[in-house]
Amino acid sequence: MNKKVALTGNEAVALSMKQINPDVVAAYPITPQTEIVQFFSSFVANGQVDTEFVTVESEHSAMSATVGASAAGARAMTATSANGLALMWEVVYIAASNRLPIVMPVVNRALSAPINIHCDHSDTMGARDSGWIQLYSENSQEAYDNMIQAVRIAEHPDVLLPVMVMMDGFIISHGLENLEVMDDESVKDFVGTYKPDHYLLDIENPITMGPLALFDFYFEVKRQQAEAMKNAKDVILDVAKEYKDLSGREYGLFESYKLDDAEIAIVVMSSAAGTGKYVVDKLREEGKKAGLLKLRVFRPFPHKEIAEALKHIKALAVMDRAESFSDFGGPLFAPIRSALFDVKNDIKVVDYIYGLGGRDIVPPHIEKVFNDLEEIKETGKYDKLVNYLGVRE
Amino acid sequence: MNKKHEKVIAPDVGWRNVTRAGIIPTAGNAEYYETGGWRTKKPVWIEDKCIHCLLCWRFCPDSSVIAEDGKFGRFDYEHCKGCGICVNVCPSDAIDFIDEGETSEGRNDGE
Amino acid sequence: MATLKEQSKKEQILTGGHRLCAGCGHGIAVRMVLNAAEDPLVIGCATGCLEVATTIYPYTAWRSSFIHNAFENAAATISGVEAAYKSLKKQGKIKDDFKFIAFGGDGGTYDIGLQSLSGAMERGHNIVYVCLDNGAYMNTGIQRSSATPRGADTTTSPVGKVIPGKQQFRKDLTAIMAEHNIPYAAQASPNNWRDLYNKAKKAFEVEGPAFINVMAPCPRGWRYNTPDIADILKLAYETRYWPLYEVENGEWKLNYKPKKYVPVEEWLKLQGRFRHLFRDENRYIIDEIQAEVDRRWEVLLERCGEK
Ligand SMILES: Cc1ncc(C[n+]2csc(CCOP(=O)(O)OP(=O)(O)O)c2C)c(N)n1
Ligand code: SF4
Ligand code: SF4
Ligand code: SF4
Ligand SMILES: [Mg+2]
Repeated sequence: MNKKVALTGNEAVALSMKQINPDVVAAYPITPQTEIVQFFSSFVANGQVDTEFVTVESEHSAMSATVGASAAGARAMTATSANGLALMWEVVYIAASNRLPIVMPVVNRALSAPINIHCDHSDTMGARDSGWIQLYSENSQEAYDNMIQAVRIAEHPDVLLPVMVMMDGFIISHGLENLEVMDDESVKDFVGTYKPDHYLLDIENPITMGPLALFDFYFEVKRQQAEAMKNAKDVILDVAKEYKDLSGREYGLFESYKLDDAEIAIVVMSSAAGTGKYVVDKLREEGKKAGLLKLRVFRPFPHKEIAEALKHIKALAVMDRAESFSDFGGPLFAPIRSALFDVKNDIKVVDYIYGLGGRDIVPPHIEKVFNDLEEIKETGKYDKLVNYLGVRE
Repeated sequence: MNKKHEKVIAPDVGWRNVTRAGIIPTAGNAEYYETGGWRTKKPVWIEDKCIHCLLCWRFCPDSSVIAEDGKFGRFDYEHCKGCGICVNVCPSDAIDFIDEGETSEGRNDGE
Repeated sequence: MATLKEQSKKEQILTGGHRLCAGCGHGIAVRMVLNAAEDPLVIGCATGCLEVATTIYPYTAWRSSFIHNAFENAAATISGVEAAYKSLKKQGKIKDDFKFIAFGGDGGTYDIGLQSLSGAMERGHNIVYVCLDNGAYMNTGIQRSSATPRGADTTTSPVGKVIPGKQQFRKDLTAIMAEHNIPYAAQASPNNWRDLYNKAKKAFEVEGPAFINVMAPCPRGWRYNTPDIADILKLAYETRYWPLYEVENGEWKLNYKPKKYVPVEEWLKLQGRFRHLFRDENRYIIDEIQAEVDRRWEVLLERCGEK
């Protein structure tokens, strides 16, 4: 049974966690994620979940305790933002490398310094090579839906990798939105119970987890981990299909918006996709062949599918809500451009870095991007490979 | 297949067959790894002098004094590293500490 | 109190075939502590000599479930395991009883893992944390830690032309843990194996967090004659450098009072790491160490109601 409710992103994610009813949650407050921890604490205080809630003294311990809990055989979660994620860093890698199916909502926020509480993607983009599956959500509905699907993806025997579910700080986390949620029973059935094969509390089969493996075995362990990430792509699609049957909402690796006959297009993630679609609609009314690709799954990176979806585009802009300080654009630009390399049909690809530290992105910004693309399409030339959108000169 | 082969992943195993995340599901399989080859000197039990106090058992860092039925049983020379601690804690001089080459058993070279 | 005869009939959780150096104090301390456990265990361990030497893939020297996460988070990790246990038990998803213990070196406990440990103790998890104090970062090659004794020669407090070894006295971690007002905190020595066994037993039995600081000599870093570990351990408490005491529900108790005054230099002189202190120009450091040992001993006597 689905019902319509008005919730903020944080409320929607907290609700999903309540419905998933994890065995252990270990978390620490940080803006803009704090509310999730607070809401969840009240579920615990009111006996609405079976969860053992570990009120750790830092995010480092949050991730460490979550790893311990997951290794013990529990369904375990934590949640964080920006500096909290950065403080966890070492253990974020360990969670993935130990193949622990942890689910962690991350409310995107700019990394220090200067310290800033507003949205950009510098926090989770930095974690892109940590071995976690990354799902980015455009709005509260997607954040809610991604959380529930994440459990199934993470725990799938072909995967067994942790999943980060992202939503934009404040823009989504604190914005009230109408969405459809499922009843508790449906979520419970969908996520099922977690049945680990190797776990610390298995009295019959004690295990050692986290050993030392040097040049003789480490590489094989990593190769296997890479395969799990590769497997995740099909699993994400299978879970999405099942989820659609239940919820009526459709998910893929990315959403193609008016791309089929498009000549100019942007690639964008998270909340800015909403603004992007609005601009695409407007341009379409003007007769311009504009389209948009909204990436949901950044890890694993669906390079083949992206190349296929964009192969006919003449000029493409990648929208990066993070710097990579490489002098070669943001973290989304390089892999998108590289994925298109094999298409070999002379697509011009440029990068736009936008919205850092919560800087507003409004329709005129994206209109400008499409105008630039029109020109690139006409002339076959671009002015700058990497552009900064919305920064004062 | 001997027990060791069931309990220890082979060194040439391919990536598909290495245990996930390097989990070791065979608890205590280090007993199949021999450290006896580290020894340069070896403890030798002198039965007549032993009062079975088990201090040697209690102090051995390598679980290499094997107690049997609450008494000194034997040294586990596959793992004993020859640290000499048991020799010094023995209150009744019931452990000799001799050069490894001195007995017919010879050196044990681990792997 | 189980006799050695009784203790020896229990299965040894740490097998032989681990790769600790010959005569390493860690092997002795761990075996003694684990012998006191009655229930199945999950063992956590910080990065350091113990972890590195006992779990070299594809071998593990642990017969119980074991988890190593990182260097600084053994306490947080085991607290997560314990939380999982509580949750799964409450929900009827597991039936068996377990106990939880984490081992950390002095580096992983006094220094980089102190926050994680403090947090876990404050939260009141039903866990035992054992610090294996060998007074330096041995695994990375004998660097100083806040547990390193004043004057010791380590690779980051080397004896040079102007600085004669480590400048600071060691941090009193056991007292710091006791001040967390946890149900049980203790300091112990494997040489007094009865005392250590009793302490481990209490630590496992109390409801809530317990902490034991165990001296675990490292023949390599301390540079003493390896077979002499028992003498080294004994002199550490006879000289009052490493007093044996426990704090049970806020009640401080001295477990061993040396019969006579043994100067700390009796302990120092057996160890190569202090050799330079016996040069004329450095003798004043021995005097300073002695003064500090005496001062701390007086404080301890006071706390234990022995004065
Ligand atoms: C975050 C981090 N910093 C540094 C290290 C390197 N490191 C590994 S073990 C170790 C020292 C361990 O010392 P201690 O905790 O005293 O244990 P010991 O080896 O002496 O038993 C260090 C510095 C690490 N593994 N992780
Ligand atoms: S310490 Fe000596 S006397 Fe005691 S059991 Fe061992 S060998 Fe026998
Ligand atoms: S020499 Fe050392 S390792 Fe060998 S049995 Fe004696 S105490 Fe154990
Ligand atoms: S270096 Fe020291 S602490 Fe480390 S294994 Fe060797 S003796 Fe033990
Ligand atoms: Mg140490």
